Amino acid sequence: MSDALVPYDEALAAFDPAMGLEVHIELNTVTKMFCGCPTEFGAEPNTQTCPTCLGLPGSMPVVNGKAVESAIRIGLALNCDIASWCRFARKNYFYPDMPKNFQTSQYDEPIAFDGYTDVLVDTADGSEVFRVEIERAHMEEDTGKSLHVGGSTGRIQGADYSLVDYNRAGIPLIEIVTRPIMGAREKAPAVAKAYVAHLRELILGLGVSDVRMEQGSLRCDVNLSLAPIGTGELGTRTETKNVNSLRSVERAARYEISRQAAILGSGGSILQETRHWQEVSGVTLSGREKSDADDYRYFPEPDLVPVAPSEEWVRSLKDTLPEPPRVRRDRLQKEWGFSDLEMRDTIGADALGLVEETIAAGASPQAARKWWLSELARRANEQDVDIASLPITPAQVARIQALIDEGGINDKLARQVFDGVLAGEGTPDEVVAARGLAIVSDEGALSAAVDAAIAANPDVAGKIREGKVAAAGALIGAVMKDMRGQADAGRVRELILEKLA
Amino acid sequence: MPDIPGASRVEISRDEVAHLADLARIDLSDAELDALAPQLSVILESIASISEVAADDIPPTSHALPLTNVFREDVVVPCLTAEQALSGAPAKEQQRFAVPRILGDEQ
Repeated sequence: MSDALVPYDEALAAFDPAMGLEVHIELNTVTKMFCGCPTEFGAEPNTQTCPTCLGLPGSMPVVNGKAVESAIRIGLALNCDIASWCRFARKNYFYPDMPKNFQTSQYDEPIAFDGYTDVLVDTADGSEVFRVEIERAHMEEDTGKSLHVGGSTGRIQGADYSLVDYNRAGIPLIEIVTRPIMGAREKAPAVAKAYVAHLRELILGLGVSDVRMEQGSLRCDVNLSLAPIGTGELGTRTETKNVNSLRSVERAARYEISRQAAILGSGGSILQETRHWQEVSGVTLSGREKSDADDYRYFPEPDLVPVAPSEEWVRSLKDTLPEPPRVRRDRLQKEWGFSDLEMRDTIGADALGLVEETIAAGASPQAARKWWLSELARRANEQDVDIASLPITPAQVARIQALIDEGGINDKLARQVFDGVLAGEGTPDEVVAARGLAIVSDEGALSAAVDAAIAANPDVAGKIREGKVAAAGALIGAVMKDMRGQADAGRVRELILEKLA
Repeated sequence: MPDIPGASRVEISRDEVAHLADLARIDLSDAELDALAPQLSVILESIASISEVAADDIPPTSHALPLTNVFREDVVVPCLTAEQALSGAPAKEQQRFAVPRILGDEQ
């Protein structure tokens, strides 16, 4: 069953979208929120648990001080007030991803509240600063990971039973909730994407999380509603989950605008429900209906004493915050000598950090930008993945450029090296060796190839002898073809002109 | 009893008890609901009588000890092996806890 949609422009002509974004950040502490179990990603199932995170009788939680510090730093970076006293609360629900039958979270006393952050949104005519207000950021714990067995595709729908791994249960999470984002109009999906990208940059700068969407250490739920244009009201919203990449944040928001407009436009009403984003088909599917049954019976966690950060502590954390993303961008642009357009394209391609790391690994700013924005952005686009999840590291990109600078390969061969590295054939040097991509620097072989090209193209050679140097291109092409691209085109040109002088 | 709003006049309806039982996954018969609702009301009223002695300047107490900021260092301690973790599981498969089909949604 597929939902009716109206074209995006039509939807916007009739309705104003309002969004609320809930972002969960998994902190990179080495232990869990309330126990000393390790948090390493990718461990064998159920090898990182203890009586506390398994919710066994008699176990007692103790708060990870580093996680509280990280939460405060995130709050400060989002211009929030920090609670001088706050408690944890039990969110009671029955779902096997939490073995305790409750999630330890915060309810009406979040550690951070009333903040804002300014995000840079790409628009048709340049970029625009959009202020997103932050309602709260609170501390909680992650849930276990369920594997749904039977049914069709490992999803909840139609599963026969589920298998749960509690390694992730208890990993510190910070949930950041925005106030309703209104007035973004047609830019709403772009604002959502820019906000999540901005948060990621901000959190990376703080060093408190890996914020890798593909590994789930940054997750975004998109709440969206429509109201008749100009009324300033809030309509009934849906909450879209399972939005696991920056691209999907934008696509999911766009899809919900078109879907809800179709329902409202034909006189229907929106069901308040959870929906699931489908990465492959690009649609949202109905999940659970939200209702009064969402009664979590929150109450203060009796096993954890309140958190009361002193003013001195908060001030010292504030004093050591890193530079905000916008300041960092301005600094990098100056250091790298990028034009506004180059900088905008780099940020738009979500490659700022990648370019920075590539430069740190030794590449020139322009070379780093060139490879990420041309070669690698194109491939990410073709494969429909975020550029950061391509299986190549900034250090490898820098190494490929170094090989070019050393004269070992040329740009054309470099593209084949990218192919090889991305195909998992190893490091750039291994790919060059395995594929035999090194430039032929043997002057004898090169000279022979040039002689052969001249002999095979007497007409062209004649023109060059008469001074029509532009004709050399045809001979260079012939030599490069003969050498299967593995020659330095500049040197070939020199040889041709020498021989035909 | 004096008529203090929100204090002594606490009542829990039969429907509310049914709702709570549902949330707590407790299966109660009609007879049990009839019997429990008035009993729970009595308990709530007894608890509510505390509000009568607590003036507005006394905040609700959640913790008996005047402690704050009890933190743990972010240092790994040995955890259970998968075998130990799964030893109490009624069913297991692929080194994971096997649970009945989940009808609801993830949180």
